[in-house]
This record gives sequence, structure tokens and C-alpha cells, in this order.
Amino acid sequence: MDLINYVKDNYDLILKLTGQHISLAGIGVLLACAVGIPIGFLIVNHKKLSKVVVNIANIIQTIPSLALFAFAMPLFGIGSPPAIFALFLYALLPIIKNTFIGINNVDPAIIEAARGMGMSKTQIMFKVEVPMAISVIMGGIRIATVTGIGITTIAAMIGAGGLGQLIYQGLSMMNYEMIFTGAISSALLALLADFILGMLEMKLTSKGIVKEETI
Amino acid sequence: MISLKGVSKSYNQQTKVVDDLNLEINDGELVVLVGESGCGKTTTMKMINRLIEPTSGDIFIDGKNIKSLNKNELRRNIGYVIQNIGLLPHQTIEKNIATVPLLCKKDKGEVKARVHELLDLIELPYDIYASRYPRELSGGQQQRIGVARALANNPDIILMDEPFSALDPITREQLQNELLKLQVELHKTIVFVTHDIDEALKLGDRIAVMADGNILQYDTPENILKHPVNDYVEAFVGTDRLWKTPDMLKAKEVMNKKIIKIGADRPILHAIELMKEHDTNILIVVENASSKSSKMLGILGINRLKGVSNPATKVRDIMKVDVIKIPQDMSLVEVLNIRKENGIQYSPVMDVAGNIIGIITNTSIINVLTDIVPDKEEY
Ligand SMILES: Nc1ncnc2c1ncn2[C@@H]1O[C@H](COP(=O)(O)OP(=O)(O)OP(=O)(O)O)[C@@H](O)[C@H]1O
Ligand SMILES: [Mg+2]
Repeated sequence: MDLINYVKDNYDLILKLTGQHISLAGIGVLLACAVGIPIGFLIVNHKKLSKVVVNIANIIQTIPSLALFAFAMPLFGIGSPPAIFALFLYALLPIIKNTFIGINNVDPAIIEAARGMGMSKTQIMFKVEVPMAISVIMGGIRIATVTGIGITTIAAMIGAGGLGQLIYQGLSMMNYEMIFTGAISSALLALLADFILGMLEMKLTSKGIVKEETI
Repeated sequence: MISLKGVSKSYNQQTKVVDDLNLEINDGELVVLVGESGCGKTTTMKMINRLIEPTSGDIFIDGKNIKSLNKNELRRNIGYVIQNIGLLPHQTIEKNIATVPLLCKKDKGEVKARVHELLDLIELPYDIYASRYPRELSGGQQQRIGVARALANNPDIILMDEPFSALDPITREQLQNELLKLQVELHKTIVFVTHDIDEALKLGDRIAVMADGNILQYDTPENILKHPVNDYVEAFVGTDRLWKTPDMLKAKEVMNKKIIKIGADRPILHAIELMKEHDTNILIVVENASSKSSKMLGILGINRLKGVSNPATKVRDIMKVDVIKIPQDMSLVEVLNIRKENGIQYSPVMDVAGNIIGIITNTSIINVLTDIVPDKEEY
């Protein structure tokens, strides 16, 4: 009951922090898409390069998130820029990897048939590879988004705001309502984002393609 | 006309995958490239639509060197069918068939009409199949769509790389027959790759037997069978393959199609006349000889007539009734076994509906076998 009262009383603050949270995670993931999807495409035809890139992205993924935020500070100062940078780096791996896997898994026979019919490279990319890989690529974006929304809570520690702020302030004030509000909102946000992206994925994926589960 | 002049392909300096190949394919001709795995069939074919570029030599289509043509334009004017079918899984059948015409920016209405026409041609009704996705079709249907797609832009030339080899034998045979039927109507110039000599013999107007990147013999199926140029070709086409695998010979292939029917109530005098007239020892006895669908009641061999003194005796009274009928697709081996076990001389062959369509006799078997095995020795 206290929780409900807390939410009622701090409605504006929660909304503002949620907005910050969404824009931090959103910008991070969008940037990661803008960079990661083209990289995923580029490395498909380069076996060695693809290994290097995926390894680098793997290594980034293993850096504890708190440490990554801290490392970003000397480069970008405090506030949202280092937070967005760290979120961007985190989102990169699932997006590159899934794009790579999605495109790489397109049956070579189909590419061959497409070439044989006289499709240009660009036509093959947009008419064959992307539509066939879209659900796997979207899968990567979903993972990046859900983890990104979770990790964004840490951004508050370097002064970027977001729902994490409620958690840290709550912790220092021993205000459980505050902590729960921050944690629950962030979790709900992740679920909602996943749901919306899931709908989008369904819309983008042709009915002719049976979705394969990927990690 | 397609001509390959001195075409070679090598991936490294040492081995030539295709070695100084010359090949002329006339308009409207179905040419089969056949040979063992790795002999360079696919490579040869793909050089025609420039999926592979030759290391040396030139290829001309209607006198034009294809090097001088735009690759994608060239490919849009050559139908291409591959073993793995390669339909675009995310597109409907309609869109799949329409791929090339749409790439060529043809009028949408015309393209739709064309898809309709092609689906009719391959006997998959538009209303049922056009909006389906490839995975909602059987393998055989998918490959039919593959063929329709290759025809969509109405190319003069079609390349087919083992298009039917992933299908089960029955479907494969169906599609082979359909291809032959289509070819009668459409007269395309078709280059067909297979490693299956039976398929080659069945489909090809001419067959190019390949080995190690060379064409050993380029000739009609009949000449390839009867006059193989060397031991390799002979072994490959296996003129004696029917001896080695008599399983491949079916009852309907060794039967004598000439069957003489006689009504059961006719006198044996008439039977003797019929045998003389048609130079045969055996008659099929039916209720009514003038009716096409009359059921077989028995058979009458010439030996049954011996010792019958009354020429007015009815055929019905002396015919053999417990006759073993042979299904048309039974293999020669089984037929021979049955004949041996039961000591039979005459074996009527029936089609699936049970109608008698021929008769196997010792003579018919020997005739067929001597036809198949060409004379090699001089006597
Ligand atoms: N990209 C390549 N690099 C090197 N060698 C190749 C390449 N493509 C094909 N070859 C070789 O060329 C030879 C001929 O290949 P090709 O695909 O033309 O054979 P094929 O007659 O079609 O055989 P199959 O019946 O198995 O399809 C093979 O020995 C193959 O290993
Ligand atoms: Mg091949």
C-alpha cells in the first residue's frame, strides 16, 4: 500500500526518470543497431575478420557493467554520454552476432538461385538476405534492448539519471518503496519493450519462414 | 544456338576442372551433360550464365560473345533450375514465379497473367497455390514451381542442374515426363545436368558424356548406347547394364504387345485360322473379342489343339483357365522366377486396371534382350 502511495506522490519524478531511462537505453541500442547491423553484414564474407569482431564483442560483454561505465567516464565525462557509450558497447555483441548468424544461415542454394536469376548484390541483400534473416536480427535487438534496460539502472551511478536513481537513492535512504518502484518500473519497461519488439518482429517476418529459436 | 569454344576453367594452375571444351547446342534442343561426380558438369553449365567465368575460351549465344553482355541481363534471359530448388522461402509462390519478370520491371498485370498461365501449365491451380509459401508445398510441387519460375520471363535457354535428383523415384519420373511434355510444346534450348545415365537417355536429344573436364562423346542417346566411342563411355552408359541388373527391366518392357483375342464360344477351327493369320502360338480368350474391355477368361496355346478331333469344339472347353497374370511393373527377374517355378510358357501382362496389355513368351524375352545388347562380335 505504501508502494502505491509512493507512486502516487512521486508520479512526476517516476515519469521523468522513466523517460530518461528509455532515452538512455533507446539511444544506446539504436546506435548499436546503426553500427552493429552493417558490421554483421560486412563480416559475413570474411571468416577471419568475423572471428576477430565477434571475439572483441565477446570481450566487451565480459567486462562488468559497472566497470564499463567507469571506464567511459574519463572519455566522456559524467552524465548521459558515458552511459550511452557503455550501453552502446553492451548492445553491440548480440546485434552483430545475430546479424552475422542470420545472414550466414541463409541457404547458399537460395543465394545461388537468386544470382542465377540475375539479381544484383544489392537486390540479393534487400530482397533475399534481410527478409530471410530479419527474425534472427530482431532477436539480437530484443536481447540487446532487454539487457540494455537492465544495465541502464547502473547509469544513475555516473549521474545519467534513469530509474536507477530511485534504486540508489532508496538504498542510501533505506526507502524500500523507492527501491521497489525503481526496480519494478525498470523490469516492466524491459518486458514492455520486449513485447513491442516481438510484435514488430512478427510483422516483419514472412509467414513463409519458420522461426528458428536462437540465443 | 549456344557454342562453347575452347573453354577451360581451372581454380589453380595444376588441374583443369574443365579442359578445352567445345560444345554446340542447337536451338530447341535438350542437351544432357552427364558424367561422374566432379567431372565438371556444373562448372560447364554455370559458365553459360556466367555464374562462373572461364579461365580461357569463349562462349557464344546466337553468335554473341557472352563476355560482352551484362551479367545480370544475361541471367535474366536464361532460366535456371537447381537441385536444391532455391525458391525464396519468404515469398509466396506467385512472387517466386514472378521474380525475374519483376526484376525486369514488366507490367504487373501482365506478370500476374503470366503466373496464372504457368501455374496452369504445371497443373497447380492458381487459386490454391499462388498465395502459398514454398514450405507449404511438397518437394515435387516445389520443383515444378522451380521450373515455372525458370520459364517465367520466357527465356529461350534454360539451364537445369540435377533438378530432379533430390526427389523420390516416382515423383522424379513424373517430372521427367512433364518436362518432355513441356518441351514438345515450348521448344526451349535446354542444358540439363545429371549424373544419372537413365535420366540422360530418357530426356536428351543429345547427350554429352563428360569425364575429367572433357567431353568424351556427344551424340544421340541411341548412338551413345550402340556405338560408345571408348571403353569408358561403354562402361559408363553400361550397354550391358541390363544384363547386370535385370531388375531394371520391367514386365511391360519384355512383353509382346501384339495380343490376339478370341471369343470363348468360337470353334477351334477359328482359333487355328487366327493363329495362322497372325503368326502366333497363343490366343487370349475373352467373352467377346470385339469389345475392348472384355475380361480375359483364359489362354489358348497351340499345344492344346493337338489331338482335338472335332473342329467344332468350343475354345471355352479346351482353354487354360488357371493363368498367372503378371503386373506390368514386375521386374524381369521375378517374372522369370514365376515362370520357372510354375513351368509356364505364356504369361499375360496386365496394367494397373487389370486389362491385358501384352504377353510374355520365351521369344518376347529373347527378342527384347537381343535388341538391348548390341552386336559387338563379328560372327
Ligand atoms: N570453387 C572451387 N574451387 C576449387 N575447385 C572447385 C571449385 N568448384 C568446383 N571445383 C572442382 O571442380 C571439379 C568439377 O566440379 P563440378 O561442380 O563442375 O562437378 P560436377 O560434375 O557438377 O559434379 P557433381 O555431379 O558432383 O555435381 C570438382 O573436382 C570440384 O572439386
Ligand atoms: Mg554438379
